[in-house]
Amino acid sequence: MTIDLLLFFGFAAVAVGAAVAMLLSRNAVYAALFLILNFATVAVFFLLLGAPFIAMAQVTVYAGAIMVLFLFVIMLLGAEHIQGRHRGGWQRPLAILLALVLLVETGTLIFGRGDLRGLIQPAASGYASPQAIGESLFTDFLLPFEVTSVLLLVAMVGVIVLTKEERKNPS
Amino acid sequence: MVPVSYYFALSAILFTLGALGVLVRRNAIIIFMSIELMLNSSNLLFVAFARSYESLNGQIYVFFVIAVAAAEVAVGLALIVAIFRTKQSIDIDEISSLKG
Repeated sequence: MTIDLLLFFGFAAVAVGAAVAMLLSRNAVYAALFLILNFATVAVFFLLLGAPFIAMAQVTVYAGAIMVLFLFVIMLLGAEHIQGRHRGGWQRPLAILLALVLLVETGTLIFGRGDLRGLIQPAASGYASPQAIGESLFTDFLLPFEVTSVLLLVAMVGVIVLTKEERKNPS
Repeated sequence: MVPVSYYFALSAILFTLGALGVLVRRNAIIIFMSIELMLNSSNLLFVAFARSYESLNGQIYVFFVIAVAAAEVAVGLALIVAIFRTKQSIDIDEISSLKG
């Protein structure tokens, strides 16, 4: 077993374990922290796959900004322990059954086809360097890049409008 | 080296766990985190296939997915805060005012 496989299985175990712990934890803050652990391991996978720029974007945007926003909202609402009344039984077994069906379907898709089993070859030098990504982003993908900036502006304005306090006595 | 199908399997497992979280949990914030988990597993698959085909486009798409996810999280959390202000709860079973 090579060092690559050892690294893959070790980090895969951490990623899946963190996802399961996120699902099972009763406290929303713990769930958010487990999700940060999951994002960090996925960033390591991006590094293993030769995508350093995406890995850094993952750490700064996902594990940094987005999860800090989640934790901020959880603590702002005091929603750590909010649990609904326990629901009667049929939803949870049905959900687990449907998830198993999804997993089996994707599993047959993976292992029923032969052409997905190729090994990942060592990349050429300079593949997916930040310079190459930037060149591609500002030539081939210039229009989606600009549309993304408009989308972020719209999201920002929408958030401000949504969270604005309603004025009690409009004058 | 690691076969591409291993990354496919890991991504499928993470996606299934995210879908299970959306179906099972009742806390709106945890459901939102599960959606992020699903987005992230698809990102992993994008990068794995980009590497396997020696193409850069998959990584560019992941960049856009991350940007859209950031916008989505901001708007979604603002919605959750607004719902919490009016209902004093983020249990999705209690947000059923539109139910006929």
